Amino acid sequence: MRRERRLFLAAGLVALAAGAGALAQSGPRVIKVVARRFVFTPNRIELRKDEPVVFELTTEDVFMGFNVPDFSVRSDIVPGRTQRLSLTPDKSGTFTFLCDVFCGEGHESMNGTLVVT
Amino acid sequence: MKIDRRRFLQLGALGGGAVLASGLAGCASLADSDDDDFYFVQLSDSHWGFQGPKVNPDARGTLPKAVAAVNALPVRPDFIVFTGDLTHTTDNPVERRRRLAEFRDIVAGLDVKTVHFMAGEHDAALDHGKAWMEFFGPTHYTFDHKGVHFIALDNVSDPAARLGDEQLAWLAADLAAQPQEARIVVFAHRPLFDLAPQWDWATRDGAKAMELLLPCTNVTVFYGHIHQENHHMTGHIAHHSARSLIFPLPAPLSQPKREPIPWDADHPYRGLGFREIEAEDGGAKLALSEMPIGRA
Repeated sequence: MRRERRLFLAAGLVALAAGAGALAQSGPRVIKVVARRFVFTPNRIELRKDEPVVFELTTEDVFMGFNVPDFSVRSDIVPGRTQRLSLTPDKSGTFTFLCDVFCGEGHESMNGTLVVT
Repeated sequence: MKIDRRRFLQLGALGGGAVLASGLAGCASLADSDDDDFYFVQLSDSHWGFQGPKVNPDARGTLPKAVAAVNALPVRPDFIVFTGDLTHTTDNPVERRRRLAEFRDIVAGLDVKTVHFMAGEHDAALDHGKAWMEFFGPTHYTFDHKGVHFIALDNVSDPAARLGDEQLAWLAADLAAQPQEARIVVFAHRPLFDLAPQWDWATRDGAKAMELLLPCTNVTVFYGHIHQENHHMTGHIAHHSARSLIFPLPAPLSQPKREPIPWDADHPYRGLGFREIEAEDGGAKLALSEMPIGRA
């Protein structure tokens, strides 16, 4: 009887651990984006509709911006810091993201593509 | 002949929309116009210092041609306004000042007494307007001419394309001193509305400026930045963008990338030009004419 109770408790602990693991896996996907004059890396990002993601934004040189106008989200990208920006795309399609802080002669071409399927 | 040479845009006609009409082309005179009538010229986006033979093999010749074209107008404008991006951006502060000085020296050849200058992000964003102000003074200001109140806004010397709370407070105070029905013309470099944020054709806090301007009953905005003619209404307020003096850009979001339109050797200077704005009836009506550079 006592042995059966221990087995039952052990099974419960395993189930709890599995549940915690599942919770960890269901958190938003993190996508690292590095900015430097005048490119984003990566400059093409694939997302799933309704999938929450977090962009972790850093810059290798100057102050930048990361703007996704079609989803009305943006963030500054400050040298020496990691900026986190959440997005859950609610529509499919191909969308532009861009630097919206003027950073020099190549600023106008500093953009990338979000592909949401 | 009263000026009917221009195709003109009568603002606020037919339910607040902008109606483009065509007038006769040719010479004209202001001799029989009303005393309060006047006209001014808008030039924009000369990007002095730009190099890119595929989009303009005459980069150093286009601005002087524009100066010559303005000087050849049959009637001298009352004044000229440059709505920004006088020079092309550079990281080098010495080179920036050299370009600003060359630009200043070239436009000194304009045979017009009064010229108002504004900054673009290419002139001013990388040093918050420091060099530009050494040459041309404050980046936002007002002036009055023949009953029209002109307001020049700076939405470029902050690289994040903001007017900022301080300038917005200044604008609010200036507007508060005007009658609600005052004739007001606003100049800016970037559009004050979200024309195409995907191409950075916007002002981050432009909506706040529009909130301040909307209670005024007679406001028109002229701007540059997008290197093409564009007309838009925010309520009763018309926005008109100007052509460039260096290269044209495609229509907003008409293609995936905001790339300059290549030079057309069969039609050199196509898409480039400047604008005449004629103020009639004490500024109650503004008529626009788009003028080419060289052989367009």
